[in-house]
Amino acid sequence: MTEFLQHFVNGLSVGTIYALIALGYTMVYGVLKLINFAHGDVYMVGAFSGYYLAQVLGVRSPYEPNPPSGLETFVNASLVTMGAMIICALLGFAIERFAYRPLRQRPRLTSLITAIGISFLLEYGFQLAPVIRRPIQFPPGPSPRFFPTLLERVPYEFLGVNTSNYDLIGLGVAFALMLGLQWIVYRTRFGTAMRAVSFDPPVAGLMGIPVNRIISGTFMLGSGLAAAAGIINAVSRPKIDPLFGLIPGLKAFVAAVLGGIGSVPGAMVGGLVLGSAEEFVAGYTDSSYRDAIAFTVLILVLLVRPTGIFGRVTAEKV
Amino acid sequence: MARALAVLRSFLPFLIGLPILYGLQLFLGSWSPAMALIAVTMGVNVVLAVSLNVVNGFTGQFSLGHAGFMAVGAYTAAKITIALNGLVLPGLGYALTQQAVFAIALAAGMLTAAIAGFLVGMPSLRLRGDYLAIVTLGFGEIIRSIIENMKFLGQATGLSGLPARTNVMWAGISAIATIVMARRLAVSTQGRALFAIREDEIAAEAMGVDTTGYKVRAFVISAAYAGLAGALISHAISLATPRMFTFIRSIEVVVMVVLGGLGSITGSIVAACTLTVALEALRQFQAYRMVVYALLLIILMLTRPQGLFGTRELWDLPLFRKLARRPPELTGPEGASPTEVRDDSTSAGGAA
Repeated sequence: MTEFLQHFVNGLSVGTIYALIALGYTMVYGVLKLINFAHGDVYMVGAFSGYYLAQVLGVRSPYEPNPPSGLETFVNASLVTMGAMIICALLGFAIERFAYRPLRQRPRLTSLITAIGISFLLEYGFQLAPVIRRPIQFPPGPSPRFFPTLLERVPYEFLGVNTSNYDLIGLGVAFALMLGLQWIVYRTRFGTAMRAVSFDPPVAGLMGIPVNRIISGTFMLGSGLAAAAGIINAVSRPKIDPLFGLIPGLKAFVAAVLGGIGSVPGAMVGGLVLGSAEEFVAGYTDSSYRDAIAFTVLILVLLVRPTGIFGRVTAEKV
Repeated sequence: MARALAVLRSFLPFLIGLPILYGLQLFLGSWSPAMALIAVTMGVNVVLAVSLNVVNGFTGQFSLGHAGFMAVGAYTAAKITIALNGLVLPGLGYALTQQAVFAIALAAGMLTAAIAGFLVGMPSLRLRGDYLAIVTLGFGEIIRSIIENMKFLGQATGLSGLPARTNVMWAGISAIATIVMARRLAVSTQGRALFAIREDEIAAEAMGVDTTGYKVRAFVISAAYAGLAGALISHAISLATPRMFTFIRSIEVVVMVVLGGLGSITGSIVAACTLTVALEALRQFQAYRMVVYALLLIILMLTRPQGLFGTRELWDLPLFRKLARRPPELTGPEGASPTEVRDDSTSAGGAA
């Protein structure tokens, strides 16, 4: 039982990351019907932005002999997270503006290939030798970097299950962001416009909705969430390298499909379910199959219930 | 008589190609083994690009799992050649026996890859567009993951010490075989069905084309040739590891097909050869290789999404047309190539 709970807690910890990334996929897909292949790499860029911001801000580790005060730690952690979210929002805006928007009227395959191109550009561009040396080394190069310790890790034990404040804070931040997103999508003018564009872009345009601006906004929101996921992940698993967004990105896509692509709560549930499923299978059987599990789930979902858990069945128009 | 001519036309490329390849092998073998390896790589890339074009270009289904099938073919062939290494059949002699073993290994690699293609294609080809892309990617990764966990396939370290059997001849013949296959397919009933699916899947289905059946068939053919390419490349460098067959390998092939033009056989050939040579020439800038690929993809999509050749073929040029004098029933009213209709294959596709 303890083992079961432990796997479950670990699964939730991984699942929140998938859920946050999946939200970006689901929103972009909902609005543009495009799988933003580069989304996993925006997550990676988020973690690196945090890494650089911490360097620029001169964040001190709580394990130093002269540790920063509680308030300073809090301010630094929030600044790093917010900064990374803003940087990624701008990146998302740029990707949409310069790579996807010119192709919007073309066959969807064109956008998909471009998305793969952007994804590889970010992954391998970040692996090049540093061009800028000061104040930060950019691009970071292929060897892994270690994310600075923003918070002191406090381990908890509950019913024999090991967890830490990292997991709890991660879960808390993720849920807060998701609630915020839910509020934006269903309670604000921007959200209403977003849903209208998702329903039918040309008609939304005729109704006076600035379609381009809404799509840009959607990309910025999704990319910001991916950055938050990148930071949360990097805090508890500090090794970051330019390729580490690839697999979580693909898995988050699976999570989005599992939950029903286009649905905000679906992405959340899908992420948590996928994370737990992975931990259970990896925990009870052979962990080297971990990466294959997500794809197996994807194939099963697409074959059995392609609309996902929360998706609505739509008739195919000829 | 007409039948005999048709058969001859299929074999003509081999009859012309064999002496050239033989000469090339003698020349390269004595001059520079490094150049010979580049020539082999070029041949393998042509096999990969042309075979992927059957699915991505002819049928308009976007597969990202080519590397997985390469891996299946490579490991099957490797197992056979390792097991039978040193075998001498009476009356054949060592060299000839080993060539025969290699031929059997290649065929077995194609067969297992085709079976893998069938198993992957059956469920996933019901999906469309980007979903299919992700699922094929997923299957490719699953295949790799399984290999990494199989003790008898060497897990992550792979199989090493394979006999180095692939030479310019083998790679060249395989490339010719792939091109002939694609060409014959394009002008056949099967090919017409595939183009119909690419142009409009719903309309094709309404016209009585068994869309899933044809898609699976195209996928199986493509997978078989991917297996051939995998077997060839692993026996050229005497090594088969899971790292050779990652998702990145699939993307490289996609870049070749897209650069040459989705649906153009000659486009794929030209793109595969150009990229192979260009990458060898830029070897000292190895780190920039994937960045260049990425930029190439993005710029190509923004400026010329149909690729260099579009769906046209080199042999549609008036010069070649006069030389070939194809029978009228194959050329159509305006003499358009069967691959020349187009475009917009995926705009109607979407989440099923």
